[in-house]
Amino acid sequence: MMTPRRPVFKAIWLFALLAMATTPAAAAAAPALADAAGNYRIASSSTVQFSVPQTGGGGGIAGKFAKFSGGFRIDGSNIERSSVEFTLYPESVRSSERRIEDFLRSSAVFDTANYQTVTFRSTSVTQTGADSATVVGTLTARGKARKERFEVTLTDWNKRSIAFTIRGSIRRAPYGMDVGTPIYSNVVEFDMNIRGQKR
Amino acid sequence: MLRNSESGFGAVTIVLHWAIAVLILGLILLGFVMRRTEIDPALQFSLYQWHKSFGFTVLGLAVLRAVWWSIERNPAPPPGLGPLEHTAAQIMHRALIVLALIVALAGWAVASTSTLNIPSFYFNLIVIPHLPLRQSEASEAFWTFAHALLAYLMLGLVAGHAAAAFYHHFLRRDEVLVRMLRPGARRRDAKTFNTQENDDTLVERK
Repeated sequence: MMTPRRPVFKAIWLFALLAMATTPAAAAAAPALADAAGNYRIASSSTVQFSVPQTGGGGGIAGKFAKFSGGFRIDGSNIERSSVEFTLYPESVRSSERRIEDFLRSSAVFDTANYQTVTFRSTSVTQTGADSATVVGTLTARGKARKERFEVTLTDWNKRSIAFTIRGSIRRAPYGMDVGTPIYSNVVEFDMNIRGQKR
Repeated sequence: MLRNSESGFGAVTIVLHWAIAVLILGLILLGFVMRRTEIDPALQFSLYQWHKSFGFTVLGLAVLRAVWWSIERNPAPPPGLGPLEHTAAQIMHRALIVLALIVALAGWAVASTSTLNIPSFYFNLIVIPHLPLRQSEASEAFWTFAHALLAYLMLGLVAGHAAAAFYHHFLRRDEVLVRMLRPGARRRDAKTFNTQENDDTLVERK
């Protein structure tokens, strides 16, 4: 990146000013970094949804994971030194019907009998806007670890909690989950609403 | 060579007959294997998709076969075939031609009514749309049952059809089986004799 790294607090301050001047209700004003800094536990009220488009249009496979855990740390002096770790339990997958859930749990997809968790550990956080960032990290599923990227946008915060939407497009074939391609897309779209409670 | 004649089948009839025969037997075997519950789920998914693609192939061929059968002449029945046997053979052939269509259509209905809504991606080349049927568990269960029942009924008829062919070949020692193997097949020495017999049959039928 050629752009000189601007002090984060300045960006947040500018964004807050801008938000107040133009569209005060449009977005959650970003907090001062010092206020947001801290360790957070990912609350169970968060949602982790996914969808896999199908050929010829139509709904494809959509679902969510009911059980997950994790936490993140927002660094008070440099947001790019923040980190996140996340574990989800694919056994808790929910979809439109039992047959699909059983298939997703089976050896064809998550193989929950042999791999109980899917984990993500961040390796870098890059701020992309006043209220957005890119988190890169290692995603491990079915014993395979790969570098993946998620886009994070701040949606809400207060003194005790902070919330983000997190989106990522993950190719499933490298994890040995290529079943159903090309009828079902290789790319799984993740759409998460993650709320962190300050520890 | 392509067209049927009074004495035998042409290449079109023969190719359609055997292509459909091989595909149907393969599909029944495939259908039987893919329904096993202990099978690897990823393999099972693939087998279903192969079953659908080959099933649509049969449907296409069965439509051609039915059209060809209705516009093309049928060779005369073999000599010495009684009227009851001839009627039985005609009913059997009609039933097989119609069942090949109906079983395939019922399979299409399974894919169309399934709440899984899995697209029919013909050999991963082109999406074949679902039939305009409502997707529901009950509808899917009904068509699954109908598809399997009709398929096993057809398997039974195929067995009877094959047994009749072997009966003709090995016991009656006539041309019935051979003429479905070779276009225009008929031994030269048998020709005059058969023509004579065919005329008799025609008279008999009238």
